[in-house]
Amino acid sequence: MEEYLLLMRLDILTKENQPSPEQMQEYMKMYRDWVGGIAAQGKFVKGVGLSTEGRVAHTDGVVTDGPFAELKESLAGFIIVKAESFEEALVMAKDCPILGGMGNSVEVRKVQQNGNR
Amino acid sequence: METGELIPHLFRTEYRKIVSVLCKRFGIAYLDTAEDVTSDTFLTAVQVWGLQGIPANPSAWLYQVARNKALNQLQRQKTYAQKVLPAVSAQEGSAEIDLSPQNIIDSQLEMMFAICHPSISAEAQVGLALRILCGFGLDEIASAFLSNKETINKRLSRAKEKLRNEQVCISMPHAGALKERLDTVLMTIYLLFNEGYYSQSQNQILRKELCWEAMRLCTMLIEHEPTNQPVANALMALMCFHASRFDARLDQHGEIVLYEDQDTTLWNTDLISKGGYFLHAAMKGGLLSRYHLEAAIAYWNTQKEDSTQKWEEILQYYNQLLMMAYSPIAALNRTYALSKVRGAALAIKEGEKLRLTDMHIYFALLGKLYEASDKKTALMHYQTAYNKARNVGDKNALLKKMERLS
Repeated sequence: MEEYLLLMRLDILTKENQPSPEQMQEYMKMYRDWVGGIAAQGKFVKGVGLSTEGRVAHTDGVVTDGPFAELKESLAGFIIVKAESFEEALVMAKDCPILGGMGNSVEVRKVQQNGNR
Repeated sequence: METGELIPHLFRTEYRKIVSVLCKRFGIAYLDTAEDVTSDTFLTAVQVWGLQGIPANPSAWLYQVARNKALNQLQRQKTYAQKVLPAVSAQEGSAEIDLSPQNIIDSQLEMMFAICHPSISAEAQVGLALRILCGFGLDEIASAFLSNKETINKRLSRAKEKLRNEQVCISMPHAGALKERLDTVLMTIYLLFNEGYYSQSQNQILRKELCWEAMRLCTMLIEHEPTNQPVANALMALMCFHASRFDARLDQHGEIVLYEDQDTTLWNTDLISKGGYFLHAAMKGGLLSRYHLEAAIAYWNTQKEDSTQKWEEILQYYNQLLMMAYSPIAALNRTYALSKVRGAALAIKEGEKLRLTDMHIYFALLGKLYEASDKKTALMHYQTAYNKARNVGDKNALLKKMERLS
């Protein structure tokens, strides 16, 4: 089993893509069921959600308010899962309920492990 | 009370107290000596009471005799130290054996932390707890673990040696280490309870006693301010809710009665409300442990009425529990809850991903999920479950399900 990072990005800028509070409640349930389903297979390693608050430090010492306001998709959270293959991790990612929202995405990255490069 | 039942009763209630006080006084290296002195005290009691009759206050009598025997022991240790190890100064402190109620309670709590020491395996901790903190005989411990006396004795001896080598202190951990050490103690209590609740042992009385002992140890922690933490209350709530169904979940032959077939009038409402009290106390602090989640699920299982809210909450608690601590049983229960809230079709899809193919209940669950939509597949899964089940009770329950379907 290898570990894969699933990075979830949400469009928090486009007004018409924003969910209503009722939808958010529903998305929350769907999201928990999705993670719960991965955990039920014993394949959940860890995960965090991020608040929308953020600041960005640049090379020239300038600090701007973030998350990157100029990008449409901002990082909303990530989970690390165990999977037999990249394909399996991708199947999990495709089931992620945030993909039901316009402009959102889930990026899958393999975690580099010691002695397993 | 006749002498016949008085001695076992006193052994169960007083052995652990005397051993704890003596061991604290002698030091962990002398745990065997503390046990020997205590056993010797009971032997003396049997002989003396047999001849002279039972004293007015048997416990006080035991304490007095144990105190004298312990003082002799200390004297021997002192002589040994002076003669054999001249460099070592005589035993420090006064030659006193404090059997006051306060010291009895403190010593037992401190012994609990000494025994549940991270240096020894969880299995050995449970065994030692049964012996030292619950006063169980080797026979009973062997029966609970489906093992034999020799194996248990070896396991306990190794664990004691480890405690001796590690020079474990018999004292409460300091504030900084309390949280971590308490977690180990709670885990041992949890395992002790599960040993009784889920054990394959046919001895129902013994199984119940293991559960009550786990609850008694947890009560001691809750009655002591520094260890009266939300997480201890959560574990207590969990045990109360589970124990409330003790009489309903086994039939007269000791076979498991499935939750949906249980006679709910046998559920112990007193324990259910106690569980509610401890769960409430567990909510202070806002931290969620696996015991909180399991207690919340167990709470919903004490609610007879089926409702969408009930199953939605159970599902979400299982989702969280699995993220915190995966177990096959939790994964199966989560899938069942999923079928209740989101329907069998989705639960089948999720269930087939679990691949717990060495468990008969995995196939029993799949059979149940397929019942409404595809009888043939349901029967096939029930048949697989039947082939894999080892226990006669499980096989009979599956046969009934198959007969009902065909």
